[in-house]
Amino acid sequence: MNLEKLKEIVRTVLPSVDVVVGYKKGFDALHPVPCFLTSPEEIDALVLNPACVHNLAAYLPSLKNKAAVVVKGCDSRTVVQLAQEGLIKRENVVVIGVPCQGTVSVRKVLSAINHQPVIGASFENDTLVVKTKKGETRLALHDVLSDKCLTCRYPTPVLSDHLAGEQIEPKTAGKEAYQDIRDFDARSLEERRAYWLKEFDRCIRCYACRNACPLCVCRESCIAETRDPHWMSQRATQNEKMMFHMIHAIHLAGRCTECGECERACPMGIPVAKLKKKINMEMKELFGYEPGISMDDKPPMYTFKVEEEKIEEHKIR
Amino acid sequence: MSFVGGKELRIVGFLCNWCSYGGADTAGVSRFKQPTDLRIIRVPCSGRVDPLFVVKAFISGADGVLVSGCHPRDCHYSDGNFYARRRLEMLKRFLPFVGIDARRFHYTWVSASEGQRWQQTVTDFTKVIHELGPTPLLPQNKTLPKEARA
Repeated sequence: MNLEKLKEIVRTVLPSVDVVVGYKKGFDALHPVPCFLTSPEEIDALVLNPACVHNLAAYLPSLKNKAAVVVKGCDSRTVVQLAQEGLIKRENVVVIGVPCQGTVSVRKVLSAINHQPVIGASFENDTLVVKTKKGETRLALHDVLSDKCLTCRYPTPVLSDHLAGEQIEPKTAGKEAYQDIRDFDARSLEERRAYWLKEFDRCIRCYACRNACPLCVCRESCIAETRDPHWMSQRATQNEKMMFHMIHAIHLAGRCTECGECERACPMGIPVAKLKKKINMEMKELFGYEPGISMDDKPPMYTFKVEEEKIEEHKIR
Repeated sequence: MSFVGGKELRIVGFLCNWCSYGGADTAGVSRFKQPTDLRIIRVPCSGRVDPLFVVKAFISGADGVLVSGCHPRDCHYSDGNFYARRRLEMLKRFLPFVGIDARRFHYTWVSASEGQRWQQTVTDFTKVIHELGPTPLLPQNKTLPKEARA
């Protein structure tokens, strides 16, 4: 992640767009926040490091005029997906890609330093140095990476008008990326059921996962909240919690770009991204489709083939 | 006729108006014997069946869900069942991931003239559901009054 190169690009891009969406320092060094640059003086406030976790492409559908956005590999897939579905206009977006070696999971870092308040943090090659009142802790970056980054297949943005840095080769191939899902599928049905009931039980229905999701675009007509049709009630029961997560997962079938924002936003640490990853794995197997890779693709649920190669008629058994 | 004298279970069927609902009617008019566990919901087309209908049925305590439409290429609206096939296949593969037995969900194609085939489908599916027994209840469903469950 090359901050100087990024600033240089932003400086050249800024005059031709309304706003540049990037990251700036937040309340501590571990929490950069999204920022919206409109004037050249603000450029020096830009930050770029593995703590820049947000998927900034999520802001694009709500920006009316021409905008530039800083995207990592996974976020660039979101841009492609949004454009593919006609939710943004490609010509209205300037994509500034940053090749990314993985972002940190703040949750993992905080638990490694016993949730001490962070005074400072710096990144040195493969090490994260966190300063707290009790002293300095050095953490290997690999140990605190987000789970999604451990199986990243697109460290270099799939789409970019400007690239801030050198291309990075992916560490994982397609097959290994879904190993965790296959392992989970190998468990017994009863185990899987118990696992999800326990996880969903913690859900407080804050809808943070939905709000953070760049592809949840129904806004005020989200069926989790509409009362007509009345899909769900306000009761905080396990049925409703499970129903909500099913809605989120199924509405993202063949669309989820695995940016992991849902899971990161969850205050209760529920592994909600796993549900979407499972569906993505099936989409790959059934239709050879990966969301957010090519602008000319059509999401598999929006189309069909008269003769499906991989779908066979089921026998009752 | 409840299935082989045992306790009746709840199976929800989503049937397309043009083929499968007609097929079920044909089976009825021909006086074919069928198990009575199935509750039919008529929909305009199998393409109308949102995978979430099925999920909602399961979460509300259905023991089995059956979706049936026109045979591929025979859809009244020309391509509704093609979309349905993709969605329902996705769902069928997804359900076991959250602990719902994929055998409890079946989707098939029955035309309006296939009364016999309809009878066979219902009988076979009901048999499978009875072998599997009632769906394991969600904790909240356990506290529902008995009438709402059974």
